[in-house]
Amino acid sequence: MTLASHIATSSRFKDNARAALADADLQDALSFVEVNFIARRREVADRLPEFEALRDSARDIKDHTLAHLDLYLEAYEERLIAQGGHLHYAVTAQDAREIILDICRGAGATTVTKGKSMVAEEIGLNDFLEGNGITPVETDLGEYIIQLRHELPSHIIAPAVHLTKAQIEDEFRRAHTHLPAARNLDEPTSLLAEARGVLREKFLAADVGITGANFLVAETGTSVIVTNEGNGDLTQTLPRVHIVLASLEKLVPTLEDLAQLLRVLARSATGQEMSVYTTLSTGPRRPDDPDGPGEYHVVLLDNGRSSMIGGAFRDMLRCIRCGACMNHCPVYHAVGGHAYGWVYPGPMGAVLTPSLIGIDKAGHLPNASTFCGRCEEVCPVRIPLPRLMRSWREREFERHLSPATVRGGLALWAFFATRPRLYGLATAMAARLLGWAGRARGRFSWLPLASGWTRCRDFPAPHGETFQSRWKRREKAPLPRPGHAP
Amino acid sequence: MTARELVFATLRRSLGVSGSEAPRRAAVAARLAGHPAGVVPARGQRPPLERLDLFARMVDASAGTAERVATAADIPAALAAFLRGLNLPLRVRHGDDPRLVAVPWDAEPALEIRRGASDGHDLAAVSHAFAAVAETGTLVLTSGPDNPTTLNFLPDVHVVVVDAADVASDFETALAGLRQRYGVGTMPRTVNMITGPSRSADIEQTLLLGAHGPRKLHVIVVGNP
Repeated sequence: MTLASHIATSSRFKDNARAALADADLQDALSFVEVNFIARRREVADRLPEFEALRDSARDIKDHTLAHLDLYLEAYEERLIAQGGHLHYAVTAQDAREIILDICRGAGATTVTKGKSMVAEEIGLNDFLEGNGITPVETDLGEYIIQLRHELPSHIIAPAVHLTKAQIEDEFRRAHTHLPAARNLDEPTSLLAEARGVLREKFLAADVGITGANFLVAETGTSVIVTNEGNGDLTQTLPRVHIVLASLEKLVPTLEDLAQLLRVLARSATGQEMSVYTTLSTGPRRPDDPDGPGEYHVVLLDNGRSSMIGGAFRDMLRCIRCGACMNHCPVYHAVGGHAYGWVYPGPMGAVLTPSLIGIDKAGHLPNASTFCGRCEEVCPVRIPLPRLMRSWREREFERHLSPATVRGGLALWAFFATRPRLYGLATAMAARLLGWAGRARGRFSWLPLASGWTRCRDFPAPHGETFQSRWKRREKAPLPRPGHAP
Repeated sequence: MTARELVFATLRRSLGVSGSEAPRRAAVAARLAGHPAGVVPARGQRPPLERLDLFARMVDASAGTAERVATAADIPAALAAFLRGLNLPLRVRHGDDPRLVAVPWDAEPALEIRRGASDGHDLAAVSHAFAAVAETGTLVLTSGPDNPTTLNFLPDVHVVVVDAADVASDFETALAGLRQRYGVGTMPRTVNMITGPSRSADIEQTLLLGAHGPRKLHVIVVGNP
């Protein structure tokens, strides 16, 4: 079976978004995001007086690590190898896929279990393994569901957030044909129990377990995963071989630095004080260990990051993948994650995706923002996401990638904006004209050159006067006395 | 050029460094050796008994349960009562931890004790924690024959024993303990920090307990801080 799930459709964002807005199931499912994630984060952040200071600390740790990444990488490598682990450098996604395939083949693997890993999605690992005769089994409940549906995750921490319970039930009935057809799956608990039963057998049968890493600790050569289900731990404990797939920027210097980041991660992500399982893994099974994998491999993916670190988007490498930016994004709430067309959705995806697949393919994403600034307000490592999106827009413009209508419109606007008198005259005339034309209804359902707006909503008619002329008039008028109601 | 050389070369070109600058090397060496603590929440910083109360409250908030017993001799009765309360058979598995081996299990004749790692057929397991963190109600467990990692994840019910004196105010204290026990820069194969029983909210963000790991997590705090 070949899946096309990792082929980016970011260039079709507008069509994707239109389809998403018309998808009733999706709109139902998305209604939960706005309510739950935001309230839970607010509550848990308010409970910790040091939360804002911890965000500063988290930002500083990441900045310090990135500025010294080559040296922390050396330290990490030394500790990892000293404790029996193998470290593989992968320059490109293709390199990473092949290294992992080689390790799997070396272990004689036919099935591999997987913990949730966005980097694995980034490199399209599942399709590749499947194409090479190895069956990957996603074990995070959300990832398992979307694997059954041959979909990409629509959220970086809640991959199946775009689905309703009824859709999941349909999927389970289609996939689990060995179970009685008349079974009751009305309750979410019965869906969970069914997945637990099906996946428990897979855990015990797998030859290799692949996880991602939330962090790598230089001081001890340790990889860290943060989960709630326990699937990542079963994935890495039961098989003979554990492969960690991580990207370069996951490094932090010390265990204390890890503690700082853990304090902001779960609170920003799910609104928990801590995720249930934070697991630190260092090397393979020790001689007297009764369980754990015999081999421990870390595949360290670059995929453009070592270049990115020297450029305008370096701040993006602080990202700890909590998902708070998308949880708080009005555009994400409206269209969901799939519209973004690739692995990373929401504001962080709008900045990262152009870095990874090119602004020519992902140009719509940094434009799909109202610049309301909520993403930056909640980002645990204070990434200036709106500013970075604006940088992409500027680059897109400089490289003449923006559509002719946008360029023409901007050129026209710039012509007037750089000639204040002409601008004042033209806007005053337009306001008067539109005010007169719309005086009966107070709004327009159609306007020439504004169909993009009026297709979905009315355009309010101006009152016949521009803001500037009204301002001038008020400047001349005497100030109202304090205490006087207008 | 190997992949490793290419990654380092690109990194250093991007950062505008050679890698041999003494001040950078000194900054990194100092941070690794000095591991500065950063911002430590005041929440856990309280006298020992209040710290235990906080720990129990935070375990509760994470959907686990916690109780205190005076000595290790009280563990069998507490464990049996907990299992009976769930209508589970009085059968548990634990590792070679000397503190668990020394527990007078015979005090509860109905308790059946098995030893070693789990193959997935156990309903309940008992582990001894390396430490705990009051700040968030988190347990810190280390792998090895004393407390096999499989016991933390495969059984339906996980009971964790922790010495009251090992309940730390904050993560930094617990991590310093690891550094002291295992040596600087050295770790056991696995350190599990566990905060409550397994859960998932992947179906319409409804929180459900018992996703892949234990459905129940019970903590027995032994002795005085």
